[in-house]
Amino acid sequence: MKACKGDWVLIHNIVLKASERAPQVPADTKEVPLECWVKGFLQSDGEIGEEVEVKTMTGRTEKGKLIEVNPTHKHNYGKFVPELLKIGMDLKEVLYGGEAHE
Amino acid sequence: MNRDMSYEAVMGRKNEIMKKAIGIDYEVFESGSVAFDYEKMMKETGYSLDEMQQIQGSTGVGNTPLLEMKNLTKLARKLAPKGKGARIFLKDEASNPSGSFKARRASNAVYHAKRLGYKGVIAATSGNYGAAVASQAAMQGLKCIIVQECYDSKGMGQPEIIEKARKCEAYGAEVIQLTVGPELFYTFLNLLEETGYFNASLYTPFGIAGVETLGYEIAMQFREREGRDPDVVVCTNAGGGNLTGTARGLIKAGANGVQVVGASVDLSGLHMASDSQFNKKSFTTGHTGFGIPFATWPDRSDVPRSAARPLRYIDRYVTVAQGEVFYMTESLAQLEGLERGPAGNTSLAAAFSLAQELDEDKIIVAQETEYTGAGKHIQPQLSFARDNGIEIFFGNPKEEVPGKNIIFPKEPRFIKAVDIDVNKLKKSYIKNCIEKSNKKEITREDLEFLVKDTKSNIEFVKSILLENEINILG
Repeated sequence: MKACKGDWVLIHNIVLKASERAPQVPADTKEVPLECWVKGFLQSDGEIGEEVEVKTMTGRTEKGKLIEVNPTHKHNYGKFVPELLKIGMDLKEVLYGGEAHE
Repeated sequence: MNRDMSYEAVMGRKNEIMKKAIGIDYEVFESGSVAFDYEKMMKETGYSLDEMQQIQGSTGVGNTPLLEMKNLTKLARKLAPKGKGARIFLKDEASNPSGSFKARRASNAVYHAKRLGYKGVIAATSGNYGAAVASQAAMQGLKCIIVQECYDSKGMGQPEIIEKARKCEAYGAEVIQLTVGPELFYTFLNLLEETGYFNASLYTPFGIAGVETLGYEIAMQFREREGRDPDVVVCTNAGGGNLTGTARGLIKAGANGVQVVGASVDLSGLHMASDSQFNKKSFTTGHTGFGIPFATWPDRSDVPRSAARPLRYIDRYVTVAQGEVFYMTESLAQLEGLERGPAGNTSLAAAFSLAQELDEDKIIVAQETEYTGAGKHIQPQLSFARDNGIEIFFGNPKEEVPGKNIIFPKEPRFIKAVDIDVNKLKKSYIKNCIEKSNKKEITREDLEFLVKDTKSNIEFVKSILLENEINILG
């Protein structure tokens, strides 16, 4: 996918390679790099996956791999957790007792 | 630029960068030994209560509602022995502009940054504090960068943290998201050096002093409403600033008889810097993974001397299980008609349990709530846990194993706060002070400092010094 200069994009870069990680880091974390995601305005036309330069919201310049154009927040309310239904019903039973609540 | 940007070189410039980014010379408060002058630091670099109320009032921060939890109190009384079951109150801090008590901390920090002429502020936080700083920066016309620890190495992010990133962006901030690891501090230092912005640390005197208004308000609201101070105030405890600031505010109001209780979600067994365990937890703050290390060594924070020193003020420290806090979050919605974020209800879960130990005429307060929304809500956080292989079921929360399961209490009587041995934490703090200072002998001033910083007495501190073969000079 092609992205144009001026597009609002998400980029990704590696801050520290696995070999550069701090000594106090646990073993499993030491096996992976320290990665970074940041958003900004693309400084020249580019393709997804290409190394690009962006200008962030505070006006800083950052370089990294182009990940997404018009990056979208996808977090939501998750899948329904049916156990939650029981909590309110149980509590109302304890507090108001059976038919008294009707 | 010819500066060496390697990890070692940047970390080596830490003190120099910090001095420029906070505008405090911490050296002047040091004794050269274990002790430092905490009260002098708070006085000379903080703000008076009047000033803070003005600063906060001008941005709509504070004066949040104090709500009586009548149905939760009724429920607690049904479970408690006859005559027991204190009245439970909730300080609805979600009513602050950014949706949590952190607005109090941020308002002072950002005000101070602007007064000193900084063009922008940076904060390293995955929590509500980021949104608070971003909101205040928007109000005061400063630029803002928030650095978050958000993803594991598979690129999977905690929903709660992703939501906070969205909120920061909504206020116009730049958000930098990293994978797990303490080297976040390296990125943070790089940014401070690059931009020359103010370090809106959670742990400066301004930040902590900003929470004093919360404790003060609690005392004043109770005096107006009930004609007296509350008996117990429960504070969710992570880095210690919430508890420290609240306790200091209560003292400033003259409410010296209030018992200050810390409450944290029990995440024992999970390593906070572990890539593989990062998404096995369902609480990203208010937990023991911060609460214990920051209590036993507060100066691990991003400033040379932390103004958050919970052991100086804590009377009792309890933990609650993840399942209990989620259950209480659902109870708050179902019985009190208030939908709030889970992490902020840690103190409420503890208060519900502790109320059952107290007489009916006593008053207990959970001193915060936080906003809720997509990602940062009981439903997505539990759904995320299930997707990460965490079992969710009803049973005895005391059997919960963090990272393996979340156990909802099978009946509300199974909600029971568990005491942490505070003396053990104090002992560990004193040992840390000695180890970090590399001293075999400490001064009389150090001894007095340790007594104050652990809210203990001379005999207690002396006994620990003796155990560690440390002499006292003079």
